[in-house]
Amino acid sequence: MQNEDQLLEEVTNSEYKYGFYTEMDSDQAPKGLNEDIIRFISAKKKEPEWLLEYRLNALRIWQTMEEPNWAHLGYPKPDFQDLHYYSAPKPKKQLDSLDEVDPELLETFKKLGISIEEQERLTGVAVDVVVDSVSVATSFKKKLGELGIIFCSFSEAVQEHPELVRKYLGTVVPTTDNFYATLNSAVFTDGSFCYIPKGTKCPMELSTYFRINEANTGQFERTLVVADEGSYVSYLEGCTAPMRDENQLHAAVVELVALDNAEIKYSTIQNWYPGSKEGKGGIYNFVTKRGLCMENSKISWTQVETGSAVTWKYPGCILKGNNSIGEFYSVAVTSNHQQADTGSKMIHLGKNTKSTIISKGISAGQAQNSYRGLVKINKGATNARNFTQCDSLLMGNNCGAHTFPYIEVGNQSSKVEHEATTSKIGEDQIFYCKQRGMDETTAINLIVNGYCKEVLNQLPMEFAVEAQKLLEISLEGSVG
Amino acid sequence: MIKIKNLHASIEGTEILRGINLEVKAGEIHAIMGPNGSGKSTLASVLAGRDEYEVTEGSVDFLGNDLLDMEPEDRSRAGLFLAFQYPVEIPGVSNINFLKTAINEAREKRGEEPMAAKDFLKRVKDKSKLVELDGRLANRSVNEGFSGGEKKRNEIFQMAMLDPKLSVLDETDSGLDIDALRVVANGVNQLKTKDNASIVITHYQRLLDYIVPDFVHVLYQGRIVKTGPKELALELEEKGYDWIIKDLEEVSA
Ligand SMILES: Nc1ncnc2c1ncn2[C@@H]1O[C@H](COP(=O)(O)OP(=O)(O)OP(=O)(O)O)[C@@H](O)[C@H]1O
Ligand SMILES: [Mg+2]
Repeated sequence: MQNEDQLLEEVTNSEYKYGFYTEMDSDQAPKGLNEDIIRFISAKKKEPEWLLEYRLNALRIWQTMEEPNWAHLGYPKPDFQDLHYYSAPKPKKQLDSLDEVDPELLETFKKLGISIEEQERLTGVAVDVVVDSVSVATSFKKKLGELGIIFCSFSEAVQEHPELVRKYLGTVVPTTDNFYATLNSAVFTDGSFCYIPKGTKCPMELSTYFRINEANTGQFERTLVVADEGSYVSYLEGCTAPMRDENQLHAAVVELVALDNAEIKYSTIQNWYPGSKEGKGGIYNFVTKRGLCMENSKISWTQVETGSAVTWKYPGCILKGNNSIGEFYSVAVTSNHQQADTGSKMIHLGKNTKSTIISKGISAGQAQNSYRGLVKINKGATNARNFTQCDSLLMGNNCGAHTFPYIEVGNQSSKVEHEATTSKIGEDQIFYCKQRGMDETTAINLIVNGYCKEVLNQLPMEFAVEAQKLLEISLEGSVG
Repeated sequence: MIKIKNLHASIEGTEILRGINLEVKAGEIHAIMGPNGSGKSTLASVLAGRDEYEVTEGSVDFLGNDLLDMEPEDRSRAGLFLAFQYPVEIPGVSNINFLKTAINEAREKRGEEPMAAKDFLKRVKDKSKLVELDGRLANRSVNEGFSGGEKKRNEIFQMAMLDPKLSVLDETDSGLDIDALRVVANGVNQLKTKDNASIVITHYQRLLDYIVPDFVHVLYQGRIVKTGPKELALELEEKGYDWIIKDLEEVSA
């Protein structure tokens, strides 16, 4: 009879399913990081002077900064001079429709089971594909255009809507914010830009699939989503990466701005290559994600993360406007040698501001999963409310979960609640499922899905299905 | 249906079952009674395949297969159902999803297509009516926050959904009010056919007013020490177990 340890061994040993590599022509900057490289990137992208200045300023600040050390993360530090900071698939011509997209790319998407055609046809999702640093496909643009919604690559936004970009870039994550955000501000190559005009409800989910595709190319995306007064948008971000041996650095910045009465829902599925089961390779994911909420607005972050060798990220909200709401729903799976130090930061500035943090960690193998959350209630934040629930599920005896809640309360009328639980996946539950005819793997999937339910429920339907598939893939192993 | 021969089982080195012999044929209902700690739940667990228990001797034949050699999930798929004395909660997993997963996995292993959603829902409707299960419970997480009685009723609902050959009901009656008892018993009776069978573990003869057993067995210290017709239950209710134990001691003395 198979015992639990054996099963967990198999479960945590499953190899990364999405390891393949698409060959494409590319156009690269030489390795290294200095002013010349910045000028090279900026020139390549035909950027206006102010943006070049923005980058150079960031570079100067970055050069004075030290890479942070994190108590619960251990990894070899990347050599920032040994990376290419720019790489672009050579655009063969302007693309108007999917037929013109590199067939290799479409093939890649097929392997992932998320072909663009299917996405478009079945779900009415507009997909803006970023491969390496340049967007190669943008769809549904016309339809969105009729509503005045702008959804395009960051580079395109810089060309077409420089006034909007200039107005909001760096307003939520300032250039000085942290080591990785500063680096990103200097070298970001592309990403997505989205603007929803006043009073407009975006009729479809906006979706971007990112891929890291060139060996040794740190990818530095920049995403800026602006929801003007009274507007609504749901934004989906999903990522996979090909299997490779060298560690790949990823330091993105995502800024969300919700103006008065606006609402932004930002959902992420992240399944970058986590490294081999021996702990070799894998993506380093250092992401700065933050939203700014003005009066009566709401920003909701939902994420399901199963990938990356090292993850460091704290999506958060600055609740500046009165009555604004910030939410964070997260499932983070770490197995084998993965390490994750994630959490959320909720900064309450306005009156009657509310935040909710639901964090579900799952650790298997030798993985370490840390939750590090900050809830800060400023002096002026009368009647602010926070509820934090932080659950950890352990599979096996060699993994760990750590919780570090930081709470700073500067206003006595506020109310902050924190709940934390740690549980081991129950043998009784597994046996109960088996008695009803389920395999051990099915049982574990079912129990894990149930455990993550509150978070999965926050995802748009088609994304929830994909997230479930991902959870299964990352926890499977006994099958076949 | 099932033939248990000289079954010995222990947990952490302590022998709990000490030579059980029991045969149940299709169409029969057997009641097992016995004092607390005599090994009733242990027997149920060993039959279902809980791996904490070590079978040290004996054999169990279930529909021509060596039951002890099968994985718990295969035992289930072969038609063995255990209504747990203490049903487990699975937060976040709806009863419906739980059962759909169970049924379709069993079908898949048999090389069959998943059950059509329409058929599945009809079945849910029919069977929840049978045990008068509140429709809302079917959509709630498995046993989470259910009252003791609702959990038991849910076990019978699951049994009805899975349509087993042999059901082992471990004290399904305890914690039920009179109405619930009647409902559960009624459910069991309606599910009874000439092709299936049940082993009903209980402390109370009351249940046996509703579910009429063909045989009553008394389990004591890991052995079946007395077997009789349904009237034995009445006698036990009246006189307790002492007289049987005394008889035993006299025999062994
Ligand atoms: N892990 C264990 N280690 C030692 N003894 C155990 C263990 N688990 C169960 N037992 C013992 O096995 C015996 C049989 O328990 P079992 O649950 O089968 O009794 P039961 O007949 O179902 O009782 P009840 O009527 O109270 O439900 C009890 O004496 C119990 O204490
Ligand atoms: Mg018992």
